[in-house]
Amino acid sequence: MNSDGINDAPKMSWWNRLAHPGQFLIWTRPLVWPLVALTAALFAIGLWFAFFNSPADYQMGDTVRIMYVHVPTAWLSQFVYGTMAVSALGTLVWRHPMADVSMKAAAPLGAVFTALALFTGSMWGRPTWGTFWEWDGRMTSTLILLFLYLGLVALWRAFDDQLRAARVIAIFTLVGAVNVPIIKFSVDWWSTLHQPASVFTAEGPKMPGSLLTPLFVMFFAFTFLFITLQLVSMHTEVRRRRVMTLERKLARGDAA
Amino acid sequence: MIDLGQHAQFITAAYAGVFLGLFALIGWIVVESRRVKARLAELGDKRG
Repeated sequence: MNSDGINDAPKMSWWNRLAHPGQFLIWTRPLVWPLVALTAALFAIGLWFAFFNSPADYQMGDTVRIMYVHVPTAWLSQFVYGTMAVSALGTLVWRHPMADVSMKAAAPLGAVFTALALFTGSMWGRPTWGTFWEWDGRMTSTLILLFLYLGLVALWRAFDDQLRAARVIAIFTLVGAVNVPIIKFSVDWWSTLHQPASVFTAEGPKMPGSLLTPLFVMFFAFTFLFITLQLVSMHTEVRRRRVMTLERKLARGDAA
Repeated sequence: MIDLGQHAQFITAAYAGVFLGLFALIGWIVVESRRVKARLAELGDKRG
C-alpha cells in the first residue's frame, strides 16, 4: 500500500504462487486432510472389492487378487519416476524452486513402490510361473529402476548444498528416464514370462469388469496415496530448508 | 473372510508385505514431518 492508499504490490500469478515455497505451503496445506480421507475411503472400497466382491480367475484362481496390489505399485514405480523427470526439467529449464523440492520428495516414495512391485510380483510369480524371479526384460529393468531410485536418494544425501545438488541430480534423473520406456516395452521386445499389457490396449481391456473394478479402485487408491505422501514430503522439505537457513543464520550470529 | 484357496500364503504374504511397507513409509514421513516442525518452532519460526 502506498501513501495514497492504493495497493501497488505486484499481483502474484498462479505460477509464482506455485513457485514460491511459502505460498505453495499456504495453498496446498488445506488439501492434505481431504486427500487423506479420500485415499482411506478408496482403500476401504478397493479392499472390499478385492476380497469380498470379485471372482477368482478361471486360470489363476485366487492368486489374481495379488494383481490389485501388484499393478498399482508397478504403475506408481514408473509414474513416480515420470514425476521426477518432469520436476528435473523444471529444475534445469525454469530453475523452479518447487521442482527441486518435488524431485527430492518423490525419490524415496518411488523406491518403496518399486520394491513393493517387485515383491508382489515374486509372490504372484511363484504360484503362477513356478518361480519367484527370472532375469528377463521386465523384471531386470524394474530392478534397475529400484537401483536408480536408491542411487538418487543417496545422491541427495551426499550434498550439503541442496541447490547445487538439484542441478546435478536433475541430469542423472533425466538420463535414468530412458529406463522407463524400456520397462514398458520390455514385454514386447524380448521373450519374457511376464504378460504383455492387458488393461490399456488398442482393443480395450482383456479382462472382465468384475476384475477391472477392484483394479481401478485400487489404482486410484494407490495414486492418491502417492499424491498425499508427495505433498506432505514436499511440505517437510520446504520446512527443512527453512531450518537449515535459520541454523546458518544462528551460527553466523553466534560467530559474530 | 473368503477362502483364498491353495495359494493363500502367497496372497496373504503379498498384502501383508504391501501394507507393512506402506505403514513404514507413512510412519517415516509423519515422524520426519513432526521432527522438522518441532525444530522450526524451536528456532522461533512462526510461519508454520
